[in-house]
Amino acid sequence: MKTLLNVLHKDMLIEWAARSRTVALLSFAYTILLLFAFAIGPDAGALRLHAGAYMWLGLLLTSTLLLERSMRIEVEAGALSKLLLIPIDPAGLFYGKAIANTLQLLLVGAFSVPLIFVICDATLTENIGWLGLTLILGSAGLAAPGTLYAAMTARLSGSQLLLPLMLFPLVVPVIVAAVKATSLVMLGDPMDQIGAWLTLLACFNLIYWSLCGILFGRVIEA
Amino acid sequence: MARVDLEVAAHERLLIIGPNGCGKTTLLNVLSTLLRPSAGSVSYPGLAKNPRKDIGLMGHDIGIYEDLSAADNLRVFARMSDIDPAPIRALLATVGLEAGDQAVAKYSAGMRRRLALAALLQAQPALALLDEPFAQMDPGGIAGVSKAIKALPGAVIIASHQVQHAAPLATRAILMDCGQIRWTGRADQAEAAWRALHHERGEL
Repeated sequence: MKTLLNVLHKDMLIEWAARSRTVALLSFAYTILLLFAFAIGPDAGALRLHAGAYMWLGLLLTSTLLLERSMRIEVEAGALSKLLLIPIDPAGLFYGKAIANTLQLLLVGAFSVPLIFVICDATLTENIGWLGLTLILGSAGLAAPGTLYAAMTARLSGSQLLLPLMLFPLVVPVIVAAVKATSLVMLGDPMDQIGAWLTLLACFNLIYWSLCGILFGRVIEA
Repeated sequence: MARVDLEVAAHERLLIIGPNGCGKTTLLNVLSTLLRPSAGSVSYPGLAKNPRKDIGLMGHDIGIYEDLSAADNLRVFARMSDIDPAPIRALLATVGLEAGDQAVAKYSAGMRRRLALAALLQAQPALALLDEPFAQMDPGGIAGVSKAIKALPGAVIIASHQVQHAAPLATRAILMDCGQIRWTGRADQAEAAWRALHHERGEL
């Protein structure tokens, strides 16, 4: 637990020191959302219908930059080797980094929501708490496997290409469940399906967070 | 590497010299436990059960966070290692750096290596492995690094091409060539052995 908190503190310190990169990341997410809106055109109905999908695709594309960078800071100047020689608990390192990545994805998500409401003319038909919970579970579902795969690809050339190639197929269930839950919050949920989709998201999170935590040590030692 | 048989005593200062690609960095990585040997074994009788606790490595990648300041880097590693972060200013002064807010990304290569040495001094390893500690250093930096290496408490293994700076810090030296130890002797004889190898290879 102490390692987890130390890693989380360290990652937050680095993100604060390099906050201009976070601004660039938010700008990237906004650009993607605006491009979706321009591509669909002035069809308010279509934009509103697919607002959830645009939001999560924007978050998914942004996550690849964020996740790749989160491991690059560990390997580019050999900091990971130094951590291994401390020696740091690999599980603590994984959970610290995965939580830091989840928090950053949540930040991107929180900034994306107002823009989605504006450009897609979306409305909230259900409790905003459901949207918050979807954002938390969806971001966590992207961050856990993303942190593991970012560690696998960080030392390879072309890591920026390899990471999305490996990550996207794995997180399809997370994206589907998150899009469905978000769409239900925005368009209405007459059949009370939100709970089922969020339960599915929680189950995938449980699998990803436990499996990736176990595998991370082997990955960084390799 | 092949048939490398090497013993290092506690508090010994060993210099490794040899041409590029002879296996110096590989040997240091194997000794650090970060690289597993494909054959043979390494034992650490004087170190902790998990020898990593007692090993410090300053490799080509020096192990820092570029976005943080020098002091923040040392603070982060002190927290991770559960050691007292208090004497950071003094540590940085030992290697000729100031505890400013400037990110390490703006440091020169020599300043980065000095920071890496400060991190080693902070960790106080029983076995310190230094790969080219004098690379990209100006004369002032070389003096600072030499002073810092002398202050390291345990055994120190230095791999360096700059024999004239590294030899005075060591008691024993080995010369590597093509992954094997070609010569072992006193550190003050290392430069002569190095010249002899160059002569043999027709490079002098």
